Amino acid sequence: MNKILMSGNHTAAEAAIRAGCRAYFGYPITPQNELGEYMAEHMRKIGGAFIQSESELAAINMVVGAAAAGVRAMTSSSSPGISLKQEGLSFLSGFELPAVIVNIMRGGPGMGNIAPAQGDYFQATRGGGHGDYRTPVIAPGSIQEIADMTFLAFDIADRYRTPVMLLADGMMGQIKEPVIFPDFIDPQTLPKKEWALTGRGGKESRYLASLILDSNKMEQHNWNLFKKYEAITANETRYESYHTEDADVIVVAYGTTARIAKGAINQLREEEGLSVGLIRPITLWPFPSEILYTLAKDVKKFIALEMSTGQMVEDVRLALDGRAQTLFYGRPGGIIPEPDEFAHVIRDAVKS
Amino acid sequence: MKLLNPWPKYHKQNVVSHYCPGCGHGVVHRIIAELLDEMELGEKAFCVNPAGCAVLAYDYLDIDMIESSHGRGAAVATGIKTVRPDLFVFTYQGDGDLSAIGTAETIHSANRGESITVIFINNAVYGMTGGQMAPTTLAWQKTTTTPEGRKPKADGYTLHITDMIAPLPGVAYAERVAVTSPAFIRKAKKAIRTAFQTQVDQLGYSIVEILSTCPTNWKLSPSESCEWIHTTLEKEFPLKVLTDKREEKRKSC
Repeated sequence: MNKILMSGNHTAAEAAIRAGCRAYFGYPITPQNELGEYMAEHMRKIGGAFIQSESELAAINMVVGAAAAGVRAMTSSSSPGISLKQEGLSFLSGFELPAVIVNIMRGGPGMGNIAPAQGDYFQATRGGGHGDYRTPVIAPGSIQEIADMTFLAFDIADRYRTPVMLLADGMMGQIKEPVIFPDFIDPQTLPKKEWALTGRGGKESRYLASLILDSNKMEQHNWNLFKKYEAITANETRYESYHTEDADVIVVAYGTTARIAKGAINQLREEEGLSVGLIRPITLWPFPSEILYTLAKDVKKFIALEMSTGQMVEDVRLALDGRAQTLFYGRPGGIIPEPDEFAHVIRDAVKS
Repeated sequence: MKLLNPWPKYHKQNVVSHYCPGCGHGVVHRIIAELLDEMELGEKAFCVNPAGCAVLAYDYLDIDMIESSHGRGAAVATGIKTVRPDLFVFTYQGDGDLSAIGTAETIHSANRGESITVIFINNAVYGMTGGQMAPTTLAWQKTTTTPEGRKPKADGYTLHITDMIAPLPGVAYAERVAVTSPAFIRKAKKAIRTAFQTQVDQLGYSIVEILSTCPTNWKLSPSESCEWIHTTLEKEFPLKVLTDKREEKRKSC
């Protein structure tokens, strides 16, 4: 297909439909409303389910129902709404049901504002809901990546029977960029979900439960989930490496901040000849720890740049395990940093 | 020798009930299992069971089931029914689940006229957690969180959620019954049959509220509990059809 100009929110919706998603449930919240509106316009026309739910809680639980019946299902929201969905994320993880949850982050805590922020990193990567589980979190860095990563999110969700979060911010949701969409997937051609519940249909009855009162069985369930998370870590960790070959200092940034950081890095390399590079985690969980640890053999300084007061930086420190120095610079509250601002921070790190 | 009253096809056999002696859940499970067989719905049935005593309903009902987090049964059922309208989808919920934490899901699934059936067990207390006040608890009824009796001014008034949603245009059928004697059980079965048929006929949302016993938390014997339903609980929650819009729905179809 041809390249078209589209916003991040519309792109996530169109990509989901193309990836075979046939159930969308959501509740309005800025700055992701265009996603639900796009689904309202298109989903029912292709025979899919669209419901504007009474709350984010209801939306994620409708996702639970649709996913249990074997259909690719999605919900989307922004920070305060994602807080409400955490119950569902925990249950989806316990049930081992696939689903895709889009979070177009805004400033917080509380109502915060509707400007782009990256303050939900902890919530997204540390579970958010209750219990011993992990959520694969994918952070696209462009509108094209939103399209591609929406497909990837559904694939990972189905392959491992787990909820997957697509984490972007208000800027990524709102900006328009050229995008080429992957081809439509006919849901009928997707691998059959033998585990899906669709009535007995002449077979033995089955049930999905996350209540496991026997502690020994619960422990086994927890270890089974853990093994799955180990497999996801081994197979699905993704990152982009940018000018790291000769770097003296490496920036670690994702999503919007990685885009701005690239601008700063280009400026510093071209105008000042500084050897600086970037690792852009594409999956935030699993975090690309191995590459950071490997790079820290030669690189002694890493800077985490975030639109928060410092959340991902903790994963950078854990990854480096004391092998290199970790610096941090962030702007929370919905402020989008300027490339010059980042350049200043990186320059200082190189020269100090 | 022929068994006059055999195990219903969709009720698991040789299971030890975890319900307390005199509890109404087992009776309602049996009614459901019988109807799924009689109405030939069992093979395409999908039940959403709640948080509460009936979370273990899948130990008894031999059909496909999924647990719901507390109160969200109607949302889960909506998700299932929306993507698989060919399935027979019903929720099984208690009064705390459906009329406290799940109030929004209950009202809005009813208001959307979701083609689901809700089996609502009203025993006027939280059973599984040990007998705390529920929205359906009567004024001055003693519970573990209303030790001197529910004081309406402090603890709020008894909530009649089925009466609240019955007038909604999406609600095709709503009835309140009890399961306290063979005669009442037969009436309850008839009501659930009507509610199930409402879904089969694609007429909209149907709900049956069942006044059910909780002898353990009421601190009454099973027979006293059945008596209390009629002498006391029924006064607040009269047994009757609360709405029946099936004919008008049929005409508008």
